Amino acid sequence: MSINVTLFAQMLVFGLLVWFTMSFVWPLIRGAMEEREKTISDGLAAAEKGQDDLKQAGEEAGKIVEEARNQARDILSKASSRANGIVDEARSEGEAEKRKRLDSAESELEVEINRARDELRQQVATIAIAGAEKILSREIDESAHRDLLDRLAAKL
Amino acid sequence: MEDDHDVNEGATSATDYIVHHLTNLDTEHALHTELANPFWNLHWDSMFYSVILGIIFAGSFYFAARKATSAVPGAWQNFVELIVDFVDTQVKDSFHGSSKLIAPLALTIFCWIFLMNFMDLVPVDLLPRLGETAGINYMKVVPTTDPNITLGMSISVFILMIFYSIKIKGVGGFAKELFLHPFGKWMIPFNFLLKVVEELAKPVSLALRLFGNLYAGELIFILIAVFTLSAGVNSLGENFTSLGTITLFIIQVILGLAWAIFHILIITLQAFIFMMLTIVYLSMAHEEH
Repeated sequence: MSINVTLFAQMLVFGLLVWFTMSFVWPLIRGAMEEREKTISDGLAAAEKGQDDLKQAGEEAGKIVEEARNQARDILSKASSRANGIVDEARSEGEAEKRKRLDSAESELEVEINRARDELRQQVATIAIAGAEKILSREIDESAHRDLLDRLAAKL
Repeated sequence: MEDDHDVNEGATSATDYIVHHLTNLDTEHALHTELANPFWNLHWDSMFYSVILGIIFAGSFYFAARKATSAVPGAWQNFVELIVDFVDTQVKDSFHGSSKLIAPLALTIFCWIFLMNFMDLVPVDLLPRLGETAGINYMKVVPTTDPNITLGMSISVFILMIFYSIKIKGVGGFAKELFLHPFGKWMIPFNFLLKVVEELAKPVSLALRLFGNLYAGELIFILIAVFTLSAGVNSLGENFTSLGTITLFIIQVILGLAWAIFHILIITLQAFIFMMLTIVYLSMAHEEH
């Protein structure tokens, strides 16, 4: 129970042990622990960032899809208006063509009618002359037939 | 001298048995000589177990530290990290300066004292009896039941306290603290006396608390062990019944078990208190008043 040199020996051993722990045990273990903590927190941060990125990408994709949809709608409406335009154009063109054909047909018809009328007129004149000849060959009562002849001539 | 403590002999008295267990293997007992100066009477058993346990602590922790990985730790590294983290938390809670020394110091104190205390749970007669077969007649296996060991550690802590006080506050600041608190410059001698008592009480209480707890604990283990010993001594020589011996044996087992289980708490608590107070004292040394 007496205090003696053992005390100083213990102090020496204690000092050596603390020095050893301080130099070779504590820093290595704390280092490993801190590195692991850092790795974990980095991983968590990366995961969070990834999630944010994903969300952002999703939003962007949505925006792009929306834009594409709008564009498609534009294209569709433009196309339909263009189609309408083409149809209208075609219709008006057809109308014009129809009118042109109709006009030419009409004028042709008119020419034809005029020619027929001329022909008819000539033939009527011939017939009239033949008729007149036949009447004349029988008897012409000028007074009696003047009226008839006048009316005939007026009709031509 | 070698015969009067041999517990195998029925003639051994309980007092002899207890005294034998509480005697260190010092140089005088080991060499059967009388030293001129009792100061050099080293307690070989205390130092032996203290150093062995220190090596076990440092070696096993170094084993974990050397292979420490920041990836998934193995079982031993995990355990070491648990203790390191526990100590680190305690240090960070009470100590607000920055010091590379205090946390490893606290770790060393906690683990080393725990291991030295743990020797208390080794059956009281096991190692001394093994030593006797090897010709070693005295052996105290629990280093912390030796006041030299506990005082050695607390005085080391005390030196660190003074060192940090002077390092942080300077010689002037430390002197001011020593002489001018708490009553100002008209009470310098009284202040000084008060401060010296206050400061000296720290290492002394630190050492004696640990020593007292472990010494008492060890003594109770020895007393429990005396049950079967006293059966041989007190039961009128040849005539003691085997029934009485068996009863005493059962009582000893039950009491020993109960005290050992309770002691698990005490040895851990004492190691923790020593570590905690070291941290607190050192953080007080770091603080300006």
